[in-house]
Order: sequence, then C-alpha cells, then structure tokens
Amino acid sequence: MTEVPVVHFLYLAAVLFGIGLFGVLVRKNAISVLMGIELMLNAVNINYLAFAKYWGNGNLTGPVFVVFVITIAAAEAAVALAIVISIYRQLKSANVDDAHNLRG
Amino acid sequence: MIQYSWLIPVMPALAYAVIILFTRRSKALSAGLSILTMAGCFFLSVGVFLEILKWDPSQPYPNLSWVWLHVAPWEAHVGVMIDPLCANMLLVVTLVSLLVQIYSWGYMHEDERVSSYYSYLSLFSASMLVLVVANNYLQIFIGWELVGLCSYLLIGFWFFKPEAADACKKAFVVNRIGDMGFIMGVITIGMVFQTFDFAEVQKMVTDGIASGVYDPTKNHYIAGIAILLFCGAVGKSAQFPLHVWLPDAMEGPTPVSALIHAATMVAAGVYMVARTYTLFSADPISMDVVAWIGGFTALFAATIAVAQNDIKRILAYSTLSQLGYMIMALGAGGYTQGMFHLTTHACFKALLFLGAGSVIHGVHNQDIWKMGGLWKKMKITAGTFLIANLAIAGIFPFAGFFSKDAILDAVKESTVWHHEILYAAAVFTAFLTAFYMFRLFFVVFLGEPRDHHAYDHAHESPLSMTGPLMVLALLSVCAGWLNWPGFDGYSKFVHYGDAKPAEFDWTMGWVSVGIALAGIALAAGFYYWKTFSAEKMAEKFRPVYLLLKNKYYFDEMYGWFVQKVLFGLASILHWFDEEVVDDGMVDGTGWLNRKMGGLLSLTQTGYVQNYALVIFGAVAVIFLLVSF
Repeated sequence: MTEVPVVHFLYLAAVLFGIGLFGVLVRKNAISVLMGIELMLNAVNINYLAFAKYWGNGNLTGPVFVVFVITIAAAEAAVALAIVISIYRQLKSANVDDAHNLRG
Repeated sequence: MIQYSWLIPVMPALAYAVIILFTRRSKALSAGLSILTMAGCFFLSVGVFLEILKWDPSQPYPNLSWVWLHVAPWEAHVGVMIDPLCANMLLVVTLVSLLVQIYSWGYMHEDERVSSYYSYLSLFSASMLVLVVANNYLQIFIGWELVGLCSYLLIGFWFFKPEAADACKKAFVVNRIGDMGFIMGVITIGMVFQTFDFAEVQKMVTDGIASGVYDPTKNHYIAGIAILLFCGAVGKSAQFPLHVWLPDAMEGPTPVSALIHAATMVAAGVYMVARTYTLFSADPISMDVVAWIGGFTALFAATIAVAQNDIKRILAYSTLSQLGYMIMALGAGGYTQGMFHLTTHACFKALLFLGAGSVIHGVHNQDIWKMGGLWKKMKITAGTFLIANLAIAGIFPFAGFFSKDAILDAVKESTVWHHEILYAAAVFTAFLTAFYMFRLFFVVFLGEPRDHHAYDHAHESPLSMTGPLMVLALLSVCAGWLNWPGFDGYSKFVHYGDAKPAEFDWTMGWVSVGIALAGIALAAGFYYWKTFSAEKMAEKFRPVYLLLKNKYYFDEMYGWFVQKVLFGLASILHWFDEEVVDDGMVDGTGWLNRKMGGLLSLTQTGYVQNYALVIFGAVAVIFLLVSF
C-alpha cells in the first residue's frame, strides 16, 4: 500500500489553521473566537505529529510537545471561558465588539 | 598709615550696614555714626596724603591687592593703589563728604527718613572711595556702578514726588547708556591685554609704543578702546549728549546735589580718564574727541544757564560747564590742569550748592524771581556765596583763577585739531560763566525782595550749615595758591609721567580777569543797576531765549526718540514675541504633538480582533522578509 505523502497532513493542518484564524479574526461571539483558537492549536498539533512520524526516526520530542500543547490548550480554554463569563456579567453581551473600553 | 588705607573705603560701607541693620530708628545715632566714620576716613586720607607727599617718585607707589575671584588661570583683584592722583581724590572726596554730612544734619534732620539718607550717603562715600582707590578696571567699574546706584537712591530720596521718581530713573538709565560703552571698553582691554590691572596695561601700552610694535598713526584700536571708556565718562560726568540727567537730578536734596552732582560722582568720569591717561594720550584721535566733547559741553551748558530761573538748575548747568572744562583740559594734554580744576571746583561748587541749600532752607523756594535782597538777612550765606562766585568766575586771587587759566593755557598750547576754536569757545564760556553766576547773585542776594512773605520768613541757617560754608569758602580762597606759579606745588605733586609744571601766562591771566569782570559788569547792568532790561532782551530775541530756556529742546528730542522710535521698535518686537514665538513656536509645538497623538490613537480601536489582525499581519510580513 502506498504511503500517504506527508504533505497531505501539512495541507490539512494549514487549512485547519486558516479556518481557525478566520474564526479568531472575524467571528463576533467570544465563544466562537475561543473555538477558533482551539482549532489553530490542534492544527499545530497535527503538524508536529506529521513531522514526528515521517522524519522523527522514533524521536519522541514531537509527541511530547503535542501533549504539552493539549494540556495548555485545556488550561487556557478554562481561563478564557472564565474571563468571558466575567465580561458577560459586566456587559450583558458576549459580543467582542462591545468590549471596546480601551479605545483611544 | 598706608597699610591701613584699605580702611578708607571699608569704613563707610560698614557704617552703611550698621545704620541699615541697627540704628534705623535713631536719627541722631545714624547721623552721628555716619559723620564720625567720614571724619575718620578724612583723617586717614590726610595721613595717607602726607606719606605720599614724602614718597620718592622713582619707587613704585603702594599697591595692596587681594584676589576675590579665581577662574583659572585668571584672578580678579580688589585692591588699593595710592599714588598722588589718588591721594588728591581721597582728600577731596572725604572732605566734601564730611562737610556735606555735617551740613545735612542742619538741613534735613526733621525728615522722617533721615537714617536711610545717612546710610545712602555712607554707601555712596564707600562706593566712590572704592572707585578712587581702584587698581584695576574691574574694580573701578564696580565702584562706578555702585555710585550710579547711590545716585539713584539719593536723587529719588523723596520718591513720593513724581518728579523725583522720574529724575532718579532718568539718571540711572542715561548713565547706563554710557556704561554700555564703558563695559565694552573694559572687556576689550581684558581681551587685548589679558589683564585688568592699571599698571600692567599701562606698561604694555608704553612698551608697545616705545618698541615700535604698536604704531598709533597706523593702528587706531587703542583710540577705539579709549573712546569706549570715554562713553562711560560722558554718561557719568554728564557731557553732551548724555548731559540730560544732571539738571533733573536737582530733585534730590540739596546736600546730595552738592556732594554727588558737583564735587564727587560727576568727577569720577574725569578721574577715570586721568587714571587711564596712557590709553588716551597714545593716539591724538581720542584726545581730540575728549577735548571737543568737553569744550562743546562747556559752552553749550553755559548758554543754557543764562536763561534758567531755578537756583539749583543754574548751578547744575554751571557744573556741566565746568566739567566740560575739566574734560577739555584732559583732552588737550592738561592732565594736571584738569585735575587741579577738579579739586578747586569741588570746593567752590560744593559751596555754591550748600549756599543755595541755605537760601532754600530760608525762603522755602527755589525760584530766583521770588528772592531778592537776601544779603541783609543771611549774611554768612551771602558772603560765602560771593566768595564762591568770585572763585568760579576766575577772579584773582581766588581758586578758580589759577585752575581755569591753567586750562585755558593748556588748550592754547595743545595740538588738538582746531584748538584755536576750542580756545575761543572756552574764553567765551568764561565770560558767560561770570555773567550767569553774577546774574544769580544779583537777583537773589541784592536788590529789593520780590516776594515779601518769603523775605520776612528768611533767616540765617544754623551753624551746622554755615560751618561747612565757611570752611569751603576758606578753601575757595586758598586752594588755588597750591599751584601759585613759581611754587607749583600741585603740578609737582600730580602730574603725568615726567611732565614739568606748565608756564603760567600772566598776561592772559589778567585778560581773563578782565573778561570775567566784563561779564560781571554786564550782569550788573541787567540785574543790579538795571541799565538794560532783561525782559526787553528776552522779548526782542524771543526765539533764542526760548531755545535756551528749554535747554535746546533736547529733553523733548530724546523723549520723542524714546516714545516713537524705541517704543515703536519695542512694539514690533513685542508683536513678534507674542505672535511668532508664543503662539507659533510654543503653542505650535503643543498643537503638533496633540495632532500626532490624535493620529496615532486611531490605531487604538478597542476591538481585540483588530489587534489580532495586526499581530497576524506582522507575522506574515516577517515570514515574507525571512524567506526572501
């Protein structure tokens, strides 16, 4: 069976990263922005694992780093959601455009 | 005694401090302290004088010097240099100051602020003495400015009178104009000679000329320096064109006029020229400038004095005229003659002013046309005034005869450009001097009283006032004998370099006495025997009379200049300062800052997603830069 070329994984990661970036920059709801951030982080994970499998020679550096990223993504999601809830309590809205007090 | 000579300027300064700090409330204490200090200075000056009299001229004269400022490698000195010129001035200044201070008690002891008055007098004496004993240009400048300050304080003593307040400002400002030239001269000397010391500069100039390194006929910069210094003398000694402050200075108390504006401060200019005579005599150009300004002032002031009606103003213009004589003498090479006239003039002019003060004290008025016949009521004042008049007119054997004729001789023999014109002017001025002084005498002391109320009230002044009058009268008679031709005591004492005593032309002496007598006779004709009528003359030559009475309208001309030209220029600059500097540059910088800030703040939208976009954009740019 022919191997899947590594490039396909990279394309996938790139596309996922782009969709995530789109979400971060464009979406109005704060939760949607957080979802975009998660997507970007996972795209990066796929990238690492692809390289680790194809060109790692059994080196575990890649997968270990991926575990770190997953952990931190989880922690960061928790913190970010706490912040969003705080903001919602103040502004009564989860729309990022409404949080512009630092305008100047 | 000479080692204590530094006390002479210091003691009055201490008296000033003590009066200001401690004895303000007690008029008698302040006056007593001031007078005693001055007496001490006078006796010290006499002691110093007697020692210098016996000094061997080949030895260098005493020069005590202390460093007060050290800016490496240069040191500023303050010191005391006593040579015959200085010893002469010390005697004049301390004696006249002492007599004026004694007189002031009689004249002004009822004034509330007499303590301040005596403190200012002490400060003035200290400043004048600092000037006189100076051994370097910086110190003479310090003394110069200080006497200007004291003149301001004393002229404006009755500052609540608007005329006095204006007069003291005018005196100070006009002086300052002359001082600008003086400062430039002093700085130039510092730059050129790298020292401010009189002796060192003198040596450098004489050596430079003797060795041929400096040729005065080709290179005139020493004349330039001398003329700059002379600007100061023009201001301080009230020569034309900076003469305008002296008549107005008569707003001050009369003893002040006697001390400052007759005998001492105005003599400072003459003294300074004599001190720096090496610089002046190096180049005929500076001598010509000095002689002509002096001669012109002498004649100019005498013509104005003829038409004045205030007793002090007449004396003020007389002072201007006599100062002109002194300056002219110095310019004509008559170092000794100029200083001798300074000495004799101090005696009889102080006497004239103090006498005028006595008259004013008696009749409470300064207008000569409200006086008359005061001889009967104020015999001592009138007698001493007559002696002073005879002295100033140059009648033999009073003091003025010897000094004035010495000056006339010096001008006649000098090498000044067209000195014969100067000589003619000086002789005519002598005629005018006799005329206007005796006009004053006849109108005030003889004839019938014009204002009976004032006449009835008139009384002779107390001894504190008549005492100094008598001392000065004695001097006005005898001081001239110091230089009796043949004896030449003064010429042998005060002279420049190796100059020998000048020959006294007795023929011209008798001719000048004749001219003076003619002036007196003319004055008598107008004002005593009334053979001619002054009023008819004034009517017939009305334009001339008005010109003289209004002092050739110089005050009006200067006033116009200040009002229109100076203030006009000032308002243009004011506009520039307000519009361009304040609004444009200062406010403009602020405006620019705010605008830039406004532009930059457009990037702070407050939307987090905009910030995220910028971050991503930056990453993209960096990626592109790195990969290509």
